[in-house]
Amino acid sequence: MAKKAHIVGVGETRYTKWGRIGEVTEHALACEAILTAVADAGLKIEDVDGLASFAEDRNEAIFLAAELGLPELRFGNMVWMPGGGGGCAAIANAAMAVETGQAEVVVVYRALCQGQFMRFGDGASELPGRGNGDSESPPPPGLLPADSLLMAAMGFVMPYGMITAAAAFALPMRRHMHLYGTTSEQLGKIAVTFRQHANRNPRAIMYERELTLEDHQNSAMIADPFHLFDCCLESDGACAVVVTTAERAADLAKRPIEIVATAQGAPKGYSFGSFTNPNIADELYATGGTAALANRLWEKAGLTPKDVDVAQIYDHFTGSVLMQLEDYGFCGPGEAGAFIDSGALSWEGGSLPTNTHGGNLSEAYMHGLSHVLEGARSLWGESCCQVEDADVCLVTSAAGVPSSALILQGH
Amino acid sequence: MSERWFPDSMPQPMVDKESLPWWQAAAQHRLTVQCCDNCQYCRLPPAPICSECQSNKSHWEEISGKGTLYSYTEVHRAVATGQTLPFVIAIIQLDMDGIGTGNSVRIMSNIVDANPDELEIGKAVSVAWETMSDTVSLPRFKLLSSS
Ligand SMILES: [Zn+2]
Repeated sequence: MAKKAHIVGVGETRYTKWGRIGEVTEHALACEAILTAVADAGLKIEDVDGLASFAEDRNEAIFLAAELGLPELRFGNMVWMPGGGGGCAAIANAAMAVETGQAEVVVVYRALCQGQFMRFGDGASELPGRGNGDSESPPPPGLLPADSLLMAAMGFVMPYGMITAAAAFALPMRRHMHLYGTTSEQLGKIAVTFRQHANRNPRAIMYERELTLEDHQNSAMIADPFHLFDCCLESDGACAVVVTTAERAADLAKRPIEIVATAQGAPKGYSFGSFTNPNIADELYATGGTAALANRLWEKAGLTPKDVDVAQIYDHFTGSVLMQLEDYGFCGPGEAGAFIDSGALSWEGGSLPTNTHGGNLSEAYMHGLSHVLEGARSLWGESCCQVEDADVCLVTSAAGVPSSALILQGH
Repeated sequence: MSERWFPDSMPQPMVDKESLPWWQAAAQHRLTVQCCDNCQYCRLPPAPICSECQSNKSHWEEISGKGTLYSYTEVHRAVATGQTLPFVIAIIQLDMDGIGTGNSVRIMSNIVDANPDELEIGKAVSVAWETMSDTVSLPRFKLLSSS
């Protein structure tokens, strides 16, 4: 019988508002999260022979392997799906590595100390084409050389002020509202529901901060229709997930969580998605662009949306959740607003309890890898918003860019 | 000099061999699209080969600069000092004027001189060039219904 990959341990450091962790380096945090996850699995660091990450990780596996003292690095992998689109793909690649015998125990990690580097919410603010905003008399605009495909693509949109993710994802969201009558209040209900979950999660940065729909509606407009509370947190911290085979998992500390199916990718002509691409196909423009990926995922798993007990859906913006509910088939195109109005996303009585940790919006923003941790916890019975007898969990990565997703099963 | 809506400190274009002709035409206030010599499919941003037939032969066609508003966002955070807020980033569905195969081509740009209440997806727009320097001009767009 073919080997099957499982999640056997998870771990994180403390999470803080961005820029608050200054006393240790970002790679030290990565090492701390990896060691915590390995211990959670009942493994030793000597057992680890693979490391995988995503989102242009500056904490290269080759250096972490040396710092951690891995006896041998047999698998080191980074995902092309950009930014938060790659979290589930990193798990998928780790799963492929252990299933094909490239490595036996692979740890997927993500660390962020944004005060020590650039702040993600500033988007492309440090790219070379950005004018020096501090200068009183900037040089007249010229044509700068693009030294990569990304720079060439950004160079075609940045002169119009497109440098933040909020503006990029506001564009498809505005069109969704135009097509289907989706409202800002429906987006607000997503933020409020996830905050209620975070209010039960001591790990969450927003653990002690309540949020009402009125707070959401009154919060500052960032990029219409996105208010401040439609936008995810920006955080410091690190988290990690341990992946191995069923055989290796058999005598470890925790019940292994099966990685039932994975999928990653992008539709034709998608490139960087709504960030740089005004020419996304019309039928995909007001979506998360993940419907084809979702169909492949359900088919591989032999499951349907009705089989999902709990979901961890990537939420860099509230609108991303709304569009993925449609892409993944929990409701039809244009129906997500009404689906949210039904209270579906709440762990208390909702038909699809979602982001039971509080998500990127209210727990912490670890580019979505924290959703994988919560996916495993929700099947171990360890969630702060535990769904009773949860067996099947959908985990997704960022929509609106090339993306990825997982189905986990606790059995 | 043309009318100015954005300050010099805005992010600057970054250009490679594929896109340089587009920017050179823009500097002359000509809005162009790249069209495949083989199958006539038109594309933006510029690219080395045609996504529909993989031909590497292409030419440039000038278009009228008329179109419709496909989507937009009113941005309330400055990206450059001296910028007037809020500003509008928009996706424009370009009128192809019978050029190429007639396939859809959109461009990201800004809507200028519009009252936010007037913005509505589907409204007709027309290009308004902003000369940023000797080498850089940017196609902004205005609602046709506004004065
Ligand atoms: Zn062609």
